[in-house]
Amino acid sequence: MITLTNINKTFKTAKRGKGTTAALKSLFRREYKYVQALDNVSFHAGKGEIIGYIGPNGAGKSTSIKVMSGILVPDGGYCSVMGFTPWKQRREYVRNIGVVFGQRTQLWWDVPVADSFDLLRDIYRVPDVEYRRNLELLTETIGLREFINTPLRQLSLGQRMRAEIAASLLHSPKVLFLDEPTIGLDAPSKLAVRQFIRDVNAETKLTVILTTHDMNDIEALTDRVILIGKGRILRDGSFAEIKHEFGKEMSTEEVVAELYRQYEIVV
Amino acid sequence: MKSYLAMFRMKFIAGIQYHAAAWAGIATQFFWGFMLIMIYRAFYRSGGAEPPIEWKQLVAYIWLQQSFLTITNLFFIDNDLISGITDGQVAYELCRPYDMYSFWFVRLTAARLSRFVLRFAPILVAAFLLPEPYRMDLPVSAGALSAFLLSMCLSLFLAIAVSMFVYILTFITMTPLGARIIIGIAAEFLAGQAIPIPLMPEWLQHILNFLPYRYISDLPLRLYSGHISGTDALFQIGLQALWVLGLTALGYLAFRWVTRRIVIQGG
Repeated sequence: MITLTNINKTFKTAKRGKGTTAALKSLFRREYKYVQALDNVSFHAGKGEIIGYIGPNGAGKSTSIKVMSGILVPDGGYCSVMGFTPWKQRREYVRNIGVVFGQRTQLWWDVPVADSFDLLRDIYRVPDVEYRRNLELLTETIGLREFINTPLRQLSLGQRMRAEIAASLLHSPKVLFLDEPTIGLDAPSKLAVRQFIRDVNAETKLTVILTTHDMNDIEALTDRVILIGKGRILRDGSFAEIKHEFGKEMSTEEVVAELYRQYEIVV
Repeated sequence: MKSYLAMFRMKFIAGIQYHAAAWAGIATQFFWGFMLIMIYRAFYRSGGAEPPIEWKQLVAYIWLQQSFLTITNLFFIDNDLISGITDGQVAYELCRPYDMYSFWFVRLTAARLSRFVLRFAPILVAAFLLPEPYRMDLPVSAGALSAFLLSMCLSLFLAIAVSMFVYILTFITMTPLGARIIIGIAAEFLAGQAIPIPLMPEWLQHILNFLPYRYISDLPLRLYSGHISGTDALFQIGLQALWVLGLTALGYLAFRWVTRRIVIQGG
């Protein structure tokens, strides 16, 4: 379903010391710093799999998601999702995927959620029957009914995130990328979102790749985790196994902190 | 096509909600027009050489300019698109199955037209009812009217094609300010929106004939009153159409170039 082989991506950023002198100096000579955001990233995901992508802030999780969803063009490497090269056949490819960025919104701020959904239906050219069926299913399973006719700006974060995830599934994608879908949510909303992802995955064999800092997301959804740090994949395997290595007395959070320390990827 | 129409509808409906802003705009445009006419009245009455444009033609030029400003204005900017580029919201648009340049073009067309339908009529009606010498005459002929309408449609597309470069440059510089000032203010003068082009020195008029700006605002206004007519009118409308095609094609390529090199801001 998804194969990445030696994907590389470097960002060039302007470097500048603090203070006025440095700012003035940078007017004449700018120094650049190259940040290797992805360093030979390779992995494979099968159909219907849920993969948890973990790593500290700035490790390259979001960058990988953006490469896989066709938003960023990598410097090198091979990537195939359902036989497409995301950044080359962008328009045909994105029809088949859903993407949620937890820190952004894909719905219109001023209009009721239902209107944003209708616009997405037209953008993805979802046939009417399929659209009604999906909408019905989504409103049922994720509890959209109370607020589907409310403008987005009046929703709570938990309601909004549910609407966001529903929006990414209206066109029946085969692959779903979730970039921190539970960020900032309260416990009931987190549980609802997790339950929902599990249900959709079980029902439609949707392949899901999600990034998160909340290890409860991982434990609730999947066993396979990919650990990324400083752009490199450091580990790809079972989370239960990792926990086992560190012993029983550690909490999940401590396990992850210890894991990051061990790989020296805390920045 | 359906997705572009849906976008148009959504933006158009959103745009016509802002009634208070429209009334404020109408008042501003009306008084601005009135003031300009009074100033030129003083010039024309003080006599001197034969004026390069007849009084009634100039009156029509100014009233039409004020009433169609929402179509031809180069300072207008869609702040949602700009903030989308600078805060990374644009990531969502890159994973939609549409051509982004065309989609934004449609969106900007809807924005301009929604502002236009709310504003143009009161100014035009007032201009037709004012006492002499401020009154605007009807178009000199049916031919002049159709040339004016055709050219004004092309003006709409040309204004958008030019303003699209503000967004393209914002992808690179991360602020719309510079591009907006150059394209907005410089172009305002070059398009004849500050001083009517027929009143400019001849050498400057010759230069302006080789730039796209006067085809945005100056040309349709002079077609209406017959200041430009006959084969010259056809020739100039042809040139205007070529500018639309050329700048749209150039913008399309530039847009593709910047979006392929995009860096999504804010993680």
